[in-house]
Amino acid sequence: MLFTSFYFLVFVLITLFVYYIVQKRFQWIVLLCANIYFYAYAGLGGILFIAATICTTYIGARYIDADKQKTKQYLAQEKEQLTKEEKKAYKTKAQSRQKRCLATVLLINFGILAVLKYTNFIILSFTTFQTVDLILPMGISFYTFQSMGYLIDVYRGKADAEQNVFRFALFVSFFPQLVQGPINRWNDLKETMFVEHAFEWNRIRSGAERMLWGYFKKMVIADRASIALATITGDTSTYYGAYAFVGMLLYAVELYADFTGGIDVTIGVAELFGIRLAENFHRPFFSKNIAEYWRRWHITLCAWFKDYLFYPLSMSKWMNKTSKVLKKRVGKAVGSRFPVYFSSLTVWFVTGIWHGASWNFVVWGLLNSMVMLLSQEFKPLYEKTNHKLHYRNIPCYKVFEILRTTAIVCVLQMLDYYRNIAEAFKMMASMFFPGNYANVLTDGIFHLGLTMADYFVLLMGIIIIWCVSMLQRKQAIRKRLSTKPYLRYVIFMLLFLAIVVFGTYGIGYESSQFIYNQF
Amino acid sequence: MKKIRNGIIAVVIPVICLYLLQCLLTPKYATDIKEGAMIAEYYNSNKNHDVLILGDCEVYENISPATMWENNGITSYIRGSAEQLIWQSYYLLEDTLRYETPKVVVLNVLAMQQAEAKSEAYNRMTIDGMKWSKAKLHSIQESMTEKETLSSYIFPLLRYHSRWSDLSFEDVSYMWKTPNVTTNGYLMQTGVRPVTNLPKAVPLANYQFSDRNYEYLNKIAQLCKEHHIELVLIKAPSVFPHWYDEWEEQIQNFAKEQGVSYLNLAKASEEIGIDYTQDTYDYGQHMNVFGAEKTSVYLADILQNRYNLQDHRNDENKQLIEQWNRLTADYHMERQDKLSQAESGK
Repeated sequence: MLFTSFYFLVFVLITLFVYYIVQKRFQWIVLLCANIYFYAYAGLGGILFIAATICTTYIGARYIDADKQKTKQYLAQEKEQLTKEEKKAYKTKAQSRQKRCLATVLLINFGILAVLKYTNFIILSFTTFQTVDLILPMGISFYTFQSMGYLIDVYRGKADAEQNVFRFALFVSFFPQLVQGPINRWNDLKETMFVEHAFEWNRIRSGAERMLWGYFKKMVIADRASIALATITGDTSTYYGAYAFVGMLLYAVELYADFTGGIDVTIGVAELFGIRLAENFHRPFFSKNIAEYWRRWHITLCAWFKDYLFYPLSMSKWMNKTSKVLKKRVGKAVGSRFPVYFSSLTVWFVTGIWHGASWNFVVWGLLNSMVMLLSQEFKPLYEKTNHKLHYRNIPCYKVFEILRTTAIVCVLQMLDYYRNIAEAFKMMASMFFPGNYANVLTDGIFHLGLTMADYFVLLMGIIIIWCVSMLQRKQAIRKRLSTKPYLRYVIFMLLFLAIVVFGTYGIGYESSQFIYNQF
Repeated sequence: MKKIRNGIIAVVIPVICLYLLQCLLTPKYATDIKEGAMIAEYYNSNKNHDVLILGDCEVYENISPATMWENNGITSYIRGSAEQLIWQSYYLLEDTLRYETPKVVVLNVLAMQQAEAKSEAYNRMTIDGMKWSKAKLHSIQESMTEKETLSSYIFPLLRYHSRWSDLSFEDVSYMWKTPNVTTNGYLMQTGVRPVTNLPKAVPLANYQFSDRNYEYLNKIAQLCKEHHIELVLIKAPSVFPHWYDEWEEQIQNFAKEQGVSYLNLAKASEEIGIDYTQDTYDYGQHMNVFGAEKTSVYLADILQNRYNLQDHRNDENKQLIEQWNRLTADYHMERQDKLSQAESGK
């Protein structure tokens, strides 16, 4: 069920109606039923896999939690009788049991994800066998990560294991966040997910406003930009050089508007039900370096990798040992850098492959990592230069940093949409040969499926997003508007009319999925 | 109270805005692709017609109600549109019966060979102009192609929103009311493009009309019987698309079974007096005004003789005569203008 479809809106409205008319203690059950319907609508086959994740994670978490309680109780009871060593041995044994359980559940779930998502990638990359027909359950990458995050939190003692399997099922399968995130944490989500919500007009209005903003970005900007981009990427023998440059800019606009728009719709829908989801973006295109960009873009995924992969890996016993060995044998510089370098490259390799089962994404991830590591390496040099030249005091330097970061992000993103790495690099290189720029920018861009009027709408849309981002710097724009009800009404009404008129929907436009749905 | 009032205003304003946008963005078909405006025009006419003519381009370009009036005093109206399908004709008949009950219904049978809706554009031109009724709803449901949605028929803005970049002065000036583009459903063509050579009839894999078309043809016959209306099936004069003997046979059999008349005017071209070097505007596919007038004279004579249709020219209802005289005067003015333009164009 596409978020941009009429059926989705009807589905949300019906769920909302039932949600607020049933007894409040049954509200979460209404949501669970809605989730089941939403998931079944996408195909019954997928339900088996999400059910497997729910069951294994639930059982694993309950086991770990019970074992923790049992250990605690035993140690408390036998406090006097046991020696320090005996207590330590008992604890180690318990931890080892819990770790085994954790590892088993992680293996099962990441195994399912790996098999379903990467089997054909491996077959195509390393064998001559025929690809196999596998279903890819909707939102598998998102719900697997969210469930595993919960399990690790239970293992670490940061979260209590949920007693009710159906409540846990709601956490894993909450329909607005199922298809493109954000990846929420149990402790954050349970705060609003399982409490009783009275109908509040202000909340409904606020959720609807957020949805409108998301639909505007998706339907007016992202889907419009995608038309020209599809032409450009469809024939690289014709569309190179300046076209590749235009395509690069269009993709940056499309991806931003598509993904942030999708998340706005997601958060808005959740808000209608009184559920607060994590924010996933914080004005990423105002970042002054790539590391900052990745702290502001797809925040929940990056935080997941940081908390559940980067830190455990870089601070593991094995890593410490290896670092010490390297310090001794190769040198201090290598030994001290190794944990960060290795963990960073691993995280970005996984981030890449998470985004798509192709080498393009692997290279994209590794390049991102290399840019960040290089900038870290050159930091002392920058500091030294700045100390002498004081260029950071130049008023436009921040703008330069933002533009530089944007340029790097845009160039690396070319790996997302070209068919293979060679083609992506060829197109990157072609942008630097100014052969067809004059022709393309004066005439060629009007033969990509967009008219002058479309470009005008696109430009206006980008300006609106930019203005909103600027206004958001000090305070959320909806908070600012909350004191000006008439102005807020006019703005959101205009936004609604803009979507109706300028939206790319209906015959003539193929209804396109959100880009992140495929992950 | 104030809250309720504000709430109502908050809902009404966007609704009004959407309505205005819909009026602005819906195509007007006033100067271009006039076929799209024809179905809606019927509702502006005086609904007192003895003959209702249903069908596709072979009726709205080949039969002139003004000529039928001038020669025989027959009051008629054509509810035809481009590529109008058999079921669309049925629902237009149902729709017409909400307003009047003609004495004779003439149905062109060329559409029998078309089993499915061809394109959304043709559906739109036939259905959008209908006023809302059960007939319109059913016509939409029967006609929709794969990508069409019922919601876009209910709210045409959802379909035509993308016209914002093609808006012209016509869209503003005809926002509320569009001018008539036909004379009682007849779309006048004055060009002359004679038949030069006939494309060869390609043998078909299957000549059988579809079950659905038969179902609706039966429904038309049934509805006419229920309302005591004489049904006349016709095949309008044209030299192509080719009308196969197998199709002819099926129609003849149907007419015999149902006890309705069938006139193949294509075969009667000589009798009608059609000169395919002068009377067609597109190499024999459709008639121009000369061909349409000849066809109308011929058809009107048959209808009047067979079904005793009243000659309203001597009617006591002076209003009716006045109305039709005005209509024919306009018709002749348009004819004159177009012929003069065509002459000066040469």
